[in-house]
Amino acid sequence: MGLAKRIIPCLDVDQGRVVKGVQFVDIRDAGDPVEIARRYNDAGADEVTFLDITASHEGRDTMLHTVEEMASQVFIPLTVGGGVRTLEDIRNLLNAGADKVAINSAAVKDPEFVRQAAERFGSQCIVVAIDAKKVSEEGEGNRWEIFTHGGRKPTGLDAVEWAKRMTENGAGEILLTSMDRDGTKDGFDIALTRAISSAVLVPVIASGGVGTLQHLVDGVMQGQADAVLAASIFHFGEHSIAEAKEYMAAAGIEMRL
Amino acid sequence: MSETVAVLDYGMGNLHSVSKALERVAGGGKRILVSSDPEELGDADRLVFPGVGAIRDCMAVLRETGLDEAISRVADAGRPVLGVCVGMQAMLDHSEENEGVECLGMFPGRVARFGEARDATGSRLKVPHMGWNQVAQNAHPLWENIPDQSRFYFVHSYHADEVPENWVAGFCEYGVRFPAALAKDNLFAVQFHPEKSAPCGLTLLENFLHWKP
Repeated sequence: MGLAKRIIPCLDVDQGRVVKGVQFVDIRDAGDPVEIARRYNDAGADEVTFLDITASHEGRDTMLHTVEEMASQVFIPLTVGGGVRTLEDIRNLLNAGADKVAINSAAVKDPEFVRQAAERFGSQCIVVAIDAKKVSEEGEGNRWEIFTHGGRKPTGLDAVEWAKRMTENGAGEILLTSMDRDGTKDGFDIALTRAISSAVLVPVIASGGVGTLQHLVDGVMQGQADAVLAASIFHFGEHSIAEAKEYMAAAGIEMRL
Repeated sequence: MSETVAVLDYGMGNLHSVSKALERVAGGGKRILVSSDPEELGDADRLVFPGVGAIRDCMAVLRETGLDEAISRVADAGRPVLGVCVGMQAMLDHSEENEGVECLGMFPGRVARFGEARDATGSRLKVPHMGWNQVAQNAHPLWENIPDQSRFYFVHSYHADEVPENWVAGFCEYGVRFPAALAKDNLFAVQFHPEKSAPCGLTLLENFLHWKP
């Protein structure tokens, strides 16, 4: 009884097309974000996250159309992130039908941007995405730093302090990605997830490293994540959302089945 | 004759999802109209009042624009009104958000912040209350074809409180037991987002479109 933990498939979208295509059986167009979102909706996903990796400015309008199209057909929450820099970017995405907008490097550049966004649009739709990397030496206490530019650029910001500051500025949710684990399939960075989740009072989505269903369980049970985000284990058909949910429920986690 | 279902737009946020969800379930003979015109809204056969953001801004805009009177016109004429999220909160007497805001008083009760609620293990609950939670239903036509204890998508930091039990159509639990749905004559209001609650949410919207209070 009570609030369910969430499973969130994440899609990278470039100029309105899903990259690293999704391999569902009998899918008509593996690059169509709308069809994929609809499939995930039907499969029981609790939310969908789109990460817009479009580099060009013109391509961004394509993304707005995609969001609009998706919001017309899929009736679960949609988070859109990637390249969100101005209040106008946020307004455009929300008007197109996004429920939440994820802010990443723009927050590092100007932490007050998050405050302005939360005041204007409400904390409930402002997600701060944090890319963290472990920087402590062997034998030292754990320390993680915020990195930008896909994990290439250190910022000198301590991840736990940063997460706290972002929620003080009005972030309603934290999307936490371990850059050490992203793409490895070795599982979430549990210590990082737990450190952030216990430091803030808003929900935390764990991301980066999921390779097995047990990793999802560990993220929630050990990492204390409120939601788990994964890409490849779902996209490439290794596991269905339903399998993941049943597995997590069997481990004693409250799920929407 | 075709019926007009109006979605109240007070200029604060995204109504795309609400109107698209209504269109999805409306079928023929119903026109979905998103409007910020008090006249047009007051004439509507059914009114959906979705809310987002801060309650102070919501109430201020409603009063400045006369949209509060448009809501009253529909409600007083006995036509169905559905409040969603902050829309539901605005239908209560008072909210403690933004240092206290007087609301529309269509339902008795107030809006309180999730305090330092704790779960069974003693850890503090996250606020906003975000995600899919169960609603324990009290009998009402809008729950038709929706199993009791179905999950709906919530995202909010404040909740209805001190509402007389006979006007509560459903309770949810998150540290505290709070009214997640209110019902009184031709008025219905929900804290969750039916437009984001997959089939259960769409069924509720469909029931609202066919509701004859």
